[in-house]
Order: sequence, then structure tokens, then C-alpha cells
Amino acid sequence: MPEIKELVKNLADKHGRDRESLLPILQGIVKEERHVSEVAMTEVARELDMSAALVYGTATFYSFLDTEPRGKYVIRVCRTITCDMKGKREILDTLQNLLKINVGETTKDNRFTLLESNCLGWCHKGPAMLINEKAYTELTDDKVSEIIDEYMKTVD
Amino acid sequence: MPDNRKLKRVDLIFTEDCSYKDVLKNTLQRPKDEIIQEILDSGLRGRGGAGFPTGLKWKFTGQEKDEEKYVVCNADEGEPGTFKDREILVRVPFKVFGGMAVCGHVIGAKEGYMYLRGEYEFLKDDIQQKLDEFHKVLDELGVDFRITLLLGSGAYICGEESALFESMEGKRGEPRNKPPYPTQNGFRGKPTVINNVETLVYALMICNVGSQKFQDLGTSDSRGSKVFSVSGDTPIPGIYELELGMSLEEFVEEFGDGDTKAVQVGGAAGFCVPRKKFNDTIIGFEGVPTGGSMMIFNSSRSMYNVLKNYVEFFREESCGQCTPCRVGCQQLLKGIEAVKKGEQPTTYLKSLMKLTDVMKITAKCGLGQSVANSFSSIVDNFKEEMIY
Repeated sequence: MPEIKELVKNLADKHGRDRESLLPILQGIVKEERHVSEVAMTEVARELDMSAALVYGTATFYSFLDTEPRGKYVIRVCRTITCDMKGKREILDTLQNLLKINVGETTKDNRFTLLESNCLGWCHKGPAMLINEKAYTELTDDKVSEIIDEYMKTVD
Repeated sequence: MPDNRKLKRVDLIFTEDCSYKDVLKNTLQRPKDEIIQEILDSGLRGRGGAGFPTGLKWKFTGQEKDEEKYVVCNADEGEPGTFKDREILVRVPFKVFGGMAVCGHVIGAKEGYMYLRGEYEFLKDDIQQKLDEFHKVLDELGVDFRITLLLGSGAYICGEESALFESMEGKRGEPRNKPPYPTQNGFRGKPTVINNVETLVYALMICNVGSQKFQDLGTSDSRGSKVFSVSGDTPIPGIYELELGMSLEEFVEEFGDGDTKAVQVGGAAGFCVPRKKFNDTIIGFEGVPTGGSMMIFNSSRSMYNVLKNYVEFFREESCGQCTPCRVGCQQLLKGIEAVKKGEQPTTYLKSLMKLTDVMKITAKCGLGQSVANSFSSIVDNFKEEMIY
């Protein structure tokens, strides 16, 4: 895994090698790799000279620091009651049908992961979802289809 | 269109009447004690939800002898139903930075940090760019103060101040024991003022308009105005800056859809108020306080679903550090599901209420302690809906 090694080193050069650098480094790994693998965690521990258990404990605490492999595009649908009232369940059904996966799963081509998330802060414009960092609000079935279509068209 | 806008709109947060640079320049020339007195006189209390007097926080931290102190802006807005801090950060970011710089001046801190929730990462580059601009302004004014932007990673508990410090220090966001309080022992163990985004803007604006103008608004317990995040069954969801002290009846008249059954004031950690109590309920520290979240439910909504949604939220967001909260949240969820399915008698709800009482007095932080608020108020007022 020379790429991971390189990535961790670059991130440590950028953010530093003390405990306070840990979260920005883990966030940087997720941004590139979409998850923090055990190999990556061990590499971080080595680079920052701390125990792997500390890195693991920190990484697994935060819901956005995924420790399982994720697709290139991580979709997080807001599950808070206000989004639910505005039709979140239909949106979730539409996404499941379009991507042919259930919540918590990743498409076979490793492009999309579908998750639910706690309040995303768009209660006045629900239903809402994030695709990686980008927020999409006031979703309808048609809107979701269009959005996913756009992502499907993009070439890796 | 009939004008049903009876509640008094206030325009202190978003107003473009004043240049933040002028306000900052004028304020930084004033003696520190005078600024603290101004904030104290205004009666401003924290706008994140807990409502601690802002002036006292600044005063206590200012009194600490440490060379190293910090100002932290809590932009980890995670309470379900709240979205006002994002709006403030997008529309008037310089006022937030200005409030931080004034606080730094008052308490003797040279470094500020803004902790932005991971869900708002899309704002990061824009905020950073504005921070760079702001730092140039500080240089022009000859002010030695810098703000660093940090990002969260999706953990509600990190909005709790001591958990936020832990997270800033690169650790799991687990709340600390209190005391010591942040004013003595905060970020990196140093005296720290941690304020909500909205509070910092109010502090700056109070320095601009004077404490009297703020004090003239609201009630004796809840001075001034507040930004509300209105959502749910309302024809006009959104952000509103309103004078404090209104009754829920007045609020619902203006924002409800004519069929309002209940309002959840203060998010999942807040209280559910049923229609029959709208008239007697004041929105504010003397009644039901809120960090801004106002979720409106009409008669088509099942309050069981509402409660279940909140309990699921707490079960997932509990940091797991203390047993009452970790196990309590799991058992509450199992419990209401069992009663609904008829697997437990209806009297079991009473046992669950007792459990929330225990959590209230034994949980380590505000998260576990506040589960009782929504749980008891929903179960008490909508018991039939929990059973049938």
C-alpha cells in the first residue's frame, strides 16, 4: 500500500504530527479514500508515533469517518422527523430503486454508497441529503433521479 | 394577502445598517471592563440553548491569570430542527469573526477557533477565504488575533462544549466532568470562552447599539431577540429573528397551518408542548427555552413516530461514555416499541419515565440529562398515541 503511506505522510506534513492533527489527517484520508482502512489507521499511528488503538478509537467515534469501504459518492439522507414528514421515505425508496442497493450498501461498481444521517440542518427545505460534501434540498423523486443521473454520467 | 405578522421582527443579526469594521474599530478602543459591563447590562444569555449569561463567561475568563487563553466559536449546530447558525455564517460571517475578536480583546486571547460541523463542510472554503480577508482587516487595525477553522465529522455530542474541546484536541468527542468549567479549564486545559455563533454576533451588535436597546426587548428573564429556525407543518418555514417573550399561542397563530397539534421547542433535547398549553407557555428562559429549533406538528402527525425518531437519534448520538445515557437510550427505544406492540403493559410507560428521571440526575452531560425533556413531555401529553 505505497499510496496510503504517501497520502498519510503528505497529510502529516500538512497538518502536523501531534494529537491535534489526528482528526484533520483522518478527515483527509476519508476525502481521498472515502474510508479509513485498518492499514491506513496503522500507517497514521506509525507516522504520528501513537498507538493504533488511539487512532482506531478516535476514527470509530465519528460517523463521517467511515471505517468500512464506501463508494466514490457517499449519499447521506437526513432521517430527522421534519425531513421524514416531507417525504424522506419516498426519496429513500427512489434512491434504492435507482441504485439497486439497500441503505447501508454500496453499488457493485463501488460508485455509490447509500446511508441515512442524523439532522443535516435543512429542516425548512426537507427532504435533504448530502452527496459527499454537497447538500441537496427540497428533494422530489424527479429531482433525485436527475441528480443521480448526473453522477452516473460522470467519468472516473 | 392578510397581514398576520403580529410578532415583532427584530433586525440586529442580519442588518446591513452598520459596517462591521467600524463597529469592531470603535469597540476595540473601549476599555475591557466597559465592554464586559455592556454585555452584562444587556442581559444577553447564550443562544446555543443552555443560556448562560455571556457577560459572566467573558468576565470569569478575563479574570484568569493565564497567558494563554482561547476564544472558541461553537458552529457545531446539530440539534434537530436547527439551521440558523449556518444562515448566520453565510450571510454575516464577518460579524461572527468580529464578535470573536472583541471577546479575544476583552479576555486577553490571541487565538480563536471556529469548530464547524462536518455536515457544513461545503461552507469551509468560503469561510476560510473570508477569514483571510478578516485577518487583513485585523492587521490594518493593529490587532493581534487569529482565527483557525476546524471541521467536525458528524457527531452531535461535539456541540457540548467540553466534548468539542476534546474533539479539537484530536480525541473522541466525549464530554468532560464539570467543574472545572471552560472559563478556567477549556481548550488545551486553558481558560476558554466558548460561545455559539449567534451569541457572538449579538455581543458585537450590543457593543454597537448599546445594552439599553437590547434590554428594551424581551422580558426580564429573556432579554433581547433570538433567531428561530421554524420547520415542520408550517406554510412559512425558515429563519426568523423575533423578540423574546412571546407565548406559544402567538407563535403558532403566526407560523402554524391552522391545525397545529403540538410544537417541539428546542429540538430533540427540548420540550413538546401540546395545543392546550400553548396559551400558558412562554418561549424563553422563564418558560420553555430553545436554541432556536421550533418544529411544528399538525393533527395528521403521530406523536409516537416523533418520539421514536428522537429516541433513535439519542441512542445513536450518545457517546457511550456513561451507562445511564448509553443503556438508558437503548432501553427507552425498546420500551416504547414494546408498549406499542402490546408486548408490555401500558403501565410500563411509567417505568420508562422513571428511567428518564434517573438519566436526568445521573447522566454525565446535557445529552443524557435532556432525553427526559422530550420523552416525558411527549409521553405525558400524548399517552394514547404511545399505546394505540
